[in-house]
Amino acid sequence: MKVLTANRLADGIAVWYANGGWAEIIDHADIAHDKAAEDRLEAIGAKASADNEVVDVNLIDVTVVNGTVEAVRLREKIRAAGPTTRHDLGKQARPQAARAA
Amino acid sequence: MYRYDEFDHDFVKARVAEFSDQVARRLAGEITEDQFRPLRLMNGVYLQLHAYMLRIAVPYGTLNSKQLRMLGHIARKYDKGYGHFTTRQNIQFNWPALSDIPAILADLASVEMHAIQTSGNCIRNVTADHFAGAAADEVADPRPYAEILRQWSSVHPEFSFLPRKFKIAVTGAERDRAAIQTHDIGLHLKKNAAGELGFAVYVGGGQGRTPMVAKKIRDFLPEADLLSYCTAILRVYNLYGRRDNKFKARIKILVHETGVEEITRQVEAEWQELKDAELRLPEEDIRAIDAYFAPPALVDRPEGDEAVKLARLDSKSFSEWLDQNVVTHRHPDYAAVTISLKGIGETPGDASDSQMEAVADIAEKYSFDELRVSHEQNLILPHVARADLKAVYDALVDIGLATANSNLISDIISCPGLDYCALATARSIPVAQEISRRFASLERQREIGELKLKISGCINACGHHHVGHIGILGVEKKGAELYQVTLGGSADENTSVGEIIGRGFSSEEITDAIEQIVETYLGLRLDRNERFIDAYRRVGPAPFKEALYAGETKAA
Repeated sequence: MKVLTANRLADGIAVWYANGGWAEIIDHADIAHDKAAEDRLEAIGAKASADNEVVDVNLIDVTVVNGTVEAVRLREKIRAAGPTTRHDLGKQARPQAARAA
Repeated sequence: MYRYDEFDHDFVKARVAEFSDQVARRLAGEITEDQFRPLRLMNGVYLQLHAYMLRIAVPYGTLNSKQLRMLGHIARKYDKGYGHFTTRQNIQFNWPALSDIPAILADLASVEMHAIQTSGNCIRNVTADHFAGAAADEVADPRPYAEILRQWSSVHPEFSFLPRKFKIAVTGAERDRAAIQTHDIGLHLKKNAAGELGFAVYVGGGQGRTPMVAKKIRDFLPEADLLSYCTAILRVYNLYGRRDNKFKARIKILVHETGVEEITRQVEAEWQELKDAELRLPEEDIRAIDAYFAPPALVDRPEGDEAVKLARLDSKSFSEWLDQNVVTHRHPDYAAVTISLKGIGETPGDASDSQMEAVADIAEKYSFDELRVSHEQNLILPHVARADLKAVYDALVDIGLATANSNLISDIISCPGLDYCALATARSIPVAQEISRRFASLERQREIGELKLKISGCINACGHHHVGHIGILGVEKKGAELYQVTLGGSADENTSVGEIIGRGFSSEEITDAIEQIVETYLGLRLDRNERFIDAYRRVGPAPFKEALYAGETKAA
């Protein structure tokens, strides 16, 4: 399972592709379950990059836990949550958001 | 300290305007990321995990109060209320929006600061001994030469696209606090038998995936020849340095593969062509730059001895701070103070906006408006009257920056690691924090004595792990963080690269392993005067391997 992630051009904030747009949290990102879906996401990423909406576009491995998308690698968990040393910063600073570690 | 002249002001202003235009065009979609990336990197703008990162140059680590106050202002207005001082004596902000960076650079320019050449394959910020100009043991202040190198290397057309980045460090003392032997060029300012100033020149040091100690290629280079000789080194490197493989592109690889004798021959041959031409530094130009670094007028304050003696009796914590964080100044009534940015359990090198502003106030009031950033990620007040030390200490206590741990095990160098950095393979800061908490007792730390512990979150070694007495390198193995330990590294005048002690440790095991190493040292040292590094050099790795891994061998 993979989702599409990038950083927003204007402010660099980490974003994930969800419901036809770029969400600031990973929780409900669009999941690709097969190669065809991955190709579709990649095409969306390439276009968003070409349109100068986002930079550094990548497909990353995820799992689904209790209906919420979670990144597999620690690096991506930290991108999705914020620094593990500053829980007051990043996405985890939002109410009810998850922490990486 | 150095003040911009008209040329400097115009140059930095023009660069702010140029980069502002580039940012505007990027945001408008007129240039692509591939076109923009090299432009933003030349202006210190990286993309990290969570956001952009802006690295601001602090030339040779020297700041005044107004500049530090501006950094505090930037932290508050454009970032998230803090900044991170780095092992390159610079400061990084972790959360700026690209759209705000032109305004940040304009604010910086107003206090004679910029982010030029804090990235890219060019000559980076020249670093220096953080006690320069104050140290009792230096022959002269090395910063005028660092400034001359800065002016020469700024947008140098021949050296803006080198095979790889290039770092120069300068010290003016026998005791090397600037880690010059870990730099591409290390310069040791000294006097010859005739009393003339010049440099011992070291080339080809570096850390990263292939750590190398620099080789001395000249024992005494007259000061007038500084730029011609550095140009000769850079020309040899620019011509022969490898551009085919990024991992072999630093000058250390060229020096290693070519051999020190042949490299020396090539540099000297190149230099013969240059030494009597326009790069020869006129005496009056050197002295003009020197004048910018004229020491403050230090009036005698002989009441300091008595004041310190009384304050010691009054406060044990002041006394401990004095012993650990205050060093001798060339003027007997003064001292240089290390402000530890390594509070127990804190992030090494981080300072909040209000701490920066408060430290700026302290420097203005008690240190002739001068500050330094050390490559060990602390701040320095270079000229404090001993009579004012208690007042400075009290002011630092008020802002939580009076931790008395300079050069002790909790004075840890740590890179940002995987909590921020896009290159990192493991986290560094949480490891530093846990070790710091484990050794929180100052009494225990003082019993252990001088111990330089340095942590990097990837092989690029920004956390200087190769030259830590104890070094920790975080890697990713099978999806988990793994920490390799090296022992015996050092970044002073006896620079050495640490040796890997054995298999790595998980994040749960690493602090116990460090404690085991420290306990082993305490058990085998000859006496309290034998530092960890001296004991390691005497006994080698065997007792430490035994302590860490003996059980495993037996079990296997």
